[in-house]
Amino acid sequence: MKSFLGRVRVMPRAGLLDPQGHAVEHALSSLGFGGVQRVRVGRTLEIAVQADSEQQVRERLREMCEKLVANPVTEDFTIDAVEAAP
Amino acid sequence: MKVAVIRFPGSNCDADALHAATLAGHEAWFVWHRSADLAGADTVILPGGFSYGDYLRPGAIARFSPVMQAVAAHARAGGSVLGICNGFQILCEAHLLPGQLVRNAQLSFVCREVTVRVDSDQTPFTSRYRIGQELRMPVAHGDGRYVADDATLDALEREGRVVFRYVGGSPNGALRDIAAIRNTDGNVVGMMPHPERAVEPILGSTDGLAMFALAGVPAGVS
Repeated sequence: MKSFLGRVRVMPRAGLLDPQGHAVEHALSSLGFGGVQRVRVGRTLEIAVQADSEQQVRERLREMCEKLVANPVTEDFTIDAVEAAP
Repeated sequence: MKVAVIRFPGSNCDADALHAATLAGHEAWFVWHRSADLAGADTVILPGGFSYGDYLRPGAIARFSPVMQAVAAHARAGGSVLGICNGFQILCEAHLLPGQLVRNAQLSFVCREVTVRVDSDQTPFTSRYRIGQELRMPVAHGDGRYVADDATLDALEREGRVVFRYVGGSPNGALRDIAAIRNTDGNVVGMMPHPERAVEPILGSTDGLAMFALAGVPAGVS
């Protein structure tokens, strides 16, 4: 068994109203940041896992996302990275 | 009737729900989230609050508690379940009801009295109301915006599964002004407004009391 660190990104599904993203967008504009076209707010989770291979980690992360980490009604998830942990 | 009110860490409308059930003449008791024993309850109430601190998403963690396995079995057997506010969020996360409750469109917590219209009397909780009747009861939530894909929303409407709709605009941006829905069989109802806070004149409204009459609840399911 080896130690891995997985990074999972959960974002509101494209096309769904993202009020947090809109609020940040307006705040950036009022701070004088020009040219901001769109902001969306999601979350990133770092999950440390022990497994035999990177492939196995990815499979388990996907299962975790489908079961708990993301809600399939409104969110999409991406496994951004799986690195060997020191 | 026997009523079990589920208590999660972070529930805060549990005592109110128990009071409403008792006021309506039922025998009611609390069931802690670690227990999987509903002790023969006819009806289960999932009360409002912030179970498990609303961590990750409201209701997401509560869904996996031992008591929810028992509640799901009770619902599958035809037992009646009412989820109020956080209880509605839990029912959606547990896939006992479709869709999800997300952050209010205006991002702020909303706490005020609203008017809802009865769209379905085909549930154990709304059989004392008539279709089109308007009820006053409070809402108090930060994540009450009901969302689902168009196919699900169309099916809810077509099958008469929208139970309550906000009148005069929703306080949270809910799609199609949906305040409450039911499952296909009608035994599981989820709602954002708080009927347990509208059961005595001193509370400003008694419109919620009829929900606790449980007039359409079949006895002895669990």
